[in-house]
Amino acid sequence: MIRLDNLTKVFDTPKGAVTAADHISMEVPSGEICILLGPSGCGKTTTLKMINRIVRPTSGKVFINGEDTSSLDTQDLRRNIGYVIQQIGLFPNMTIEENITVVPKLLGWDKAKYRERAREMMRMIAMEPDAFLKRYPSELSGGQQQRIGVARALAADPPVMLMDEPFGAIDPINRAVIQDEFLKMQQELNKTIMFVSHDIDEAIKMGDRIAIFREGKLVQYSEPDDLLAAPKNDFVESFLGEDRALKRLNLVKVRDLASEEIGLVRPDDTLDAALERIEAYGYVNSIVMVNDKRQPVGIINAAVARTTQGHCRDHYQSVPVVVTLDDDLRKVASLMFANDMTWVPCVDDDGRIIGQITQRAITHHLGSRYRAHSKGEGGAKAAEASPSPAIKE
Amino acid sequence: MPTLNLAGAGRLLVLVAVFLAGIWSQSSGVIDDFIFYLPDVHYLVVQHLWLTVMSGCLAIVVAIPLGILLSRPSMARVAESMMQVLNVGTTIPTLAVLALSMSFLGIGTVPAVFGLFVATLLPITRNTYTGLKGVNPALMEAAAGIGMSPTQRLLRVELPNALYVIFAGIRTALAINIGTVPLAFLIGAGGLGELIFTGIDLYDPVMMLSGAIPTALLAVVVDMLIAITAFLLVPRGVNPSRA
Ligand SMILES: Nc1ncnc2c1ncn2[C@@H]1O[C@H](COP(=O)(O)OP(=O)(O)OP(=O)(O)O)[C@@H](O)[C@H]1O
Ligand SMILES: [Mg+2]
Repeated sequence: MIRLDNLTKVFDTPKGAVTAADHISMEVPSGEICILLGPSGCGKTTTLKMINRIVRPTSGKVFINGEDTSSLDTQDLRRNIGYVIQQIGLFPNMTIEENITVVPKLLGWDKAKYRERAREMMRMIAMEPDAFLKRYPSELSGGQQQRIGVARALAADPPVMLMDEPFGAIDPINRAVIQDEFLKMQQELNKTIMFVSHDIDEAIKMGDRIAIFREGKLVQYSEPDDLLAAPKNDFVESFLGEDRALKRLNLVKVRDLASEEIGLVRPDDTLDAALERIEAYGYVNSIVMVNDKRQPVGIINAAVARTTQGHCRDHYQSVPVVVTLDDDLRKVASLMFANDMTWVPCVDDDGRIIGQITQRAITHHLGSRYRAHSKGEGGAKAAEASPSPAIKE
Repeated sequence: MPTLNLAGAGRLLVLVAVFLAGIWSQSSGVIDDFIFYLPDVHYLVVQHLWLTVMSGCLAIVVAIPLGILLSRPSMARVAESMMQVLNVGTTIPTLAVLALSMSFLGIGTVPAVFGLFVATLLPITRNTYTGLKGVNPALMEAAAGIGMSPTQRLLRVELPNALYVIFAGIRTALAINIGTVPLAFLIGAGGLGELIFTGIDLYDPVMMLSGAIPTALLAVVVDMLIAITAFLLVPRGVNPSRA
């Protein structure tokens, strides 16, 4: 657990005092990722650096697991906190292996152990150990260097991590991969992480909590869904963007909103029966046809059913789009738009249909949170009733 | 192809010139004159090298710690003014340094070594200081954030990253040193200067060259030795000549 208590930093500059962090108080529970988010120069890095005392606080205290860090030896404190700096800061005089193992060496691990650890870290960041361990940082791309920076911070398995825009230099595709890997790792390791970002999408994806900063002040500190549903003021609202309702879709999985009720047809049903079922279930365009194992094999078009006689098995078209229970709603919404559907069937791991998710369910979900908020009792109550953010699974 | 032919022709010309020079020197007895000075050269080269090694090692041993000390954050206030003083010091001609040294310490080896030491000290201190100050602050922050102690930061991060610049300083310093050693003769410390200056005085070009050629060769050899050491010692990741 990290707790900041009225943490303040005032820099004396030739042009006068700059308050980079102004009475920041917040708490990150153990095992959670807290994202510090805000525009450039709002004090995210400064706040982060006060935790490992790279920057001396002007006033205020930092507690880690209840212990006041100002009473600890600075070196000891830092060796137990993984630190990824914004400028990457790999040591150019050391090979990648030496960079990664630098903290384990400081902690006195034996050679076999730290060398194996280096290979393990390389696999975690999806880089080939044999190809890279003996290289020097200058021989790597910016994105690769950044990944090594993360590996170096993680190598000694510190319980607390401070990460300053750790994925900023990585291209979107690789970034998504690394983010996923990182979250998977976090599920196992349960580290307490402070993570600076200025990418709202990254914050929503990675954060258990998000702290929004503005000009050195902590403006709002909430769980991602609360933040998106109930921004505290105009600044937060504009920072989150006009499409924040869509961003919330990232946080909800199909599992949370799917219903088991779904209308299906089988190959030996007649087209008349299919048409009836399309109307009964309120499907405008089509209905899914499944085989004996309830696996989808095609769709029956309403227009075809209306004008033709016969059996479904002779008149179905293409395989329908389906989603799995672990997909997020953003993917669902995008499939709905792309295929002009108001509902999408859900399948289990064996590809058997187990339910559906409808556009109405999605709008209802988004709307219920807004209504809860506008009724005035704030986000807290609504948060309990809402499905937990996807990453906490 | 034409350039290759030109190069070939050039090489041929050089060969012919060397051959003719050989014939001329053989016939004129210059070689015998040189051989006459050989025992002197031998003795003086040792003396010469000894002056260089003494003053050079002393300078390195003092200059690097001094540069390190000045680059510490706690010294930031005095460091800049110290460096200004050192920079002014560098502009003083080495002959003047030797003369000053003689006026304090008399004549002989001691004032010579001291004068050479001072002249060698400045470039090494300056490069050590600027090299260490020039290490990317992000590296220093990463090193601190990782939990390295100030000494570990110095030994594992700062010095390896500044080493190339420090070696450049040593190289310049020793070039100055070797170039100045002949002047040490003037304050009674011997060395190859003895042949050079006496040769000039006696208008004996062979004597002068017997001093000058070994001096030049020594300078080239020492410079090469330092370059090789730098090549081997500076880690590959921060060594531009091994990139
Ligand atoms: N060492 C320093 N001396 C003086 N002012 C500083 C110092 N470090 C930061 N500041 C100032 O403090 C403020 C906050 O800086 P900080 O680095 O914390 O911003 P940030 O939120 O991390 O921004 P970015 O997203 O651009 O990294 C800025 O106005 C900055 O100019
Ligand atoms: Mg920053």
